[in-house]
Amino acid sequence: MLAFTKNGAFVGIDNFVKVFADYRFWPAVQHVALFVAIWLVSLTLLVVLLALLVHAIRVRWLSSVSRFLFYIPGALAGASSVMLWLFLLDPAVSPVAGILQLFGFETFVQTVSIDNLPVIFTLIAFWAGAGGWIIIMYGALNNIPVEVMEAARIDGAGPIGTAWHIQIPLMRKWISYMAVMSLAAGTQLFVEPRVLSQASKGVVPPDYSLNQLAYLFAFRQNDFNGSAAISLLLLVVAAGLSALFVFRGGLFERE
Amino acid sequence: MSASERLTVKTDAPRGSRSLPPGPGRWIGRVLAWSVIGVFLLFFVVPIAWLILAPTKTARQLLLDNPFSFGGFETLAANWGELMAFQNGIVWVWLGNATLYTGVALVITLVVSIPAGYALAMVEFRFRRALLVTTLIVMLIPNTALVLPIFLELSALKLVGTPLSVILPFSFFPFGVYLTYIYFSTAVSRDLLNAARIDGAGEFRVFAQVAMPLATPVIALVGFFSLVGNWNNYFLPFVMVPGRKSPIQVGLAELLSNVPLFNPTTAGSVTISLPVLALATILSVAPVLVIFLFSQRFLVSGLTAGGTKE
Repeated sequence: MLAFTKNGAFVGIDNFVKVFADYRFWPAVQHVALFVAIWLVSLTLLVVLLALLVHAIRVRWLSSVSRFLFYIPGALAGASSVMLWLFLLDPAVSPVAGILQLFGFETFVQTVSIDNLPVIFTLIAFWAGAGGWIIIMYGALNNIPVEVMEAARIDGAGPIGTAWHIQIPLMRKWISYMAVMSLAAGTQLFVEPRVLSQASKGVVPPDYSLNQLAYLFAFRQNDFNGSAAISLLLLVVAAGLSALFVFRGGLFERE
Repeated sequence: MSASERLTVKTDAPRGSRSLPPGPGRWIGRVLAWSVIGVFLLFFVVPIAWLILAPTKTARQLLLDNPFSFGGFETLAANWGELMAFQNGIVWVWLGNATLYTGVALVITLVVSIPAGYALAMVEFRFRRALLVTTLIVMLIPNTALVLPIFLELSALKLVGTPLSVILPFSFFPFGVYLTYIYFSTAVSRDLLNAARIDGAGEFRVFAQVAMPLATPVIALVGFFSLVGNWNNYFLPFVMVPGRKSPIQVGLAELLSNVPLFNPTTAGSVTISLPVLALATILSVAPVLVIFLFSQRFLVSGLTAGGTKE
């Protein structure tokens, strides 16, 4: 693997030492960690809440229409969704300019200042990704046998009690699945900061996230070894998380 | 769940326990629930509504008019013309590239992952379990984590810059294998296949004439996920095939660098105005959006297929 060599010779962990010592590495780790933390918490809380609420809708077509509307932004993933959010975040053209100004943002550059970025990326990711999870959670809720729900109601549990004591514990597998998948995906942040950095005249730095840094190493500095070292770190984190989940989560046990 | 949330649950529980007769507390809860749903519906829908209206306006109207006003069809046509004129209609080249990459990858994915999932589910062979676990682990790794390793690999093979460098990684779709595996191992009975074997059908015929027709739903699902995921993939083609060979998602970011508002230093003489950029954004997702609309019904039920088979 390239991560352990330089000019073809084996150099052990030198590349890792160099990457760790790079002044851009730790800020990138912090950025990504902060984003992932905010994203995971809000994603979990809101998706569970919305799935429960949509599930509680009795009118059939209303429930499926709202599921579909939640899901639609999923079609605009990747660069397209960031593009759309560029408009939304620019107070000059945004349809929600009022809300932006409420927070004191008068220009696009102010909106995307570096302290706001974790929240902005959370918004973008939630907007495009939450719908799919809501549908999956909805499916999990549908799988809870009617008798169990019935029994809870006879025992005097209201909708909130039922949700807390029965529905959420039974959804736990799916919630942890979502958390692990999102955690792994969140560490890979690339397209959002990349497009925003392009659009904001450098206010969003080109080395905001780890994947961007790996890209810079490879294509700006022609240092494929350093790039491979970062990629390998990210890969180990992602593979470790998913392995942990496969072996410990038991979600895929069926034999 | 946060502490505050737990608190509300506790205080609310006794109120909710007066189950059937709808008291005032019940109504407050209901109004609250609907307003939460309403707020989030707006959150999900408003950006799209705005995006659809934006290309009907001129850049000036976009800044000054009501955000949800409709501009006019002439303006839409003018914006369309401007987009088409950009670098002699390179938008079509990008769209064509995207279609080529995702299309070929779709075919390869289906040809590979459906039989693979079938074999994993139906045939006992050595290392089957190891193979299955590997598939699961790789499936859970986000594909952006693999982009740079794949790039290094393909550059060693001197494939970077060719369509193959995008198509091959696009065709690698362990999730499809897993989905097919789940489907065959739970929804298709082995007895049925054995019956076909007793009737004298060879292994290949069993697969092609019995198993495949039964698997149509899962084939559609795998195809859908592969198509949407690959169409929207940005990082991989961005690294592999820059310039004229890039698919529309990468091209879109290219367009962005020609918008003077976001990039005052842009060197190109031809600039792109905001409504044109919005139009390009719509164009870039239109194929996926159409697929979404058509597969709406089976998606909303089908996405949960893995769940119902638990």
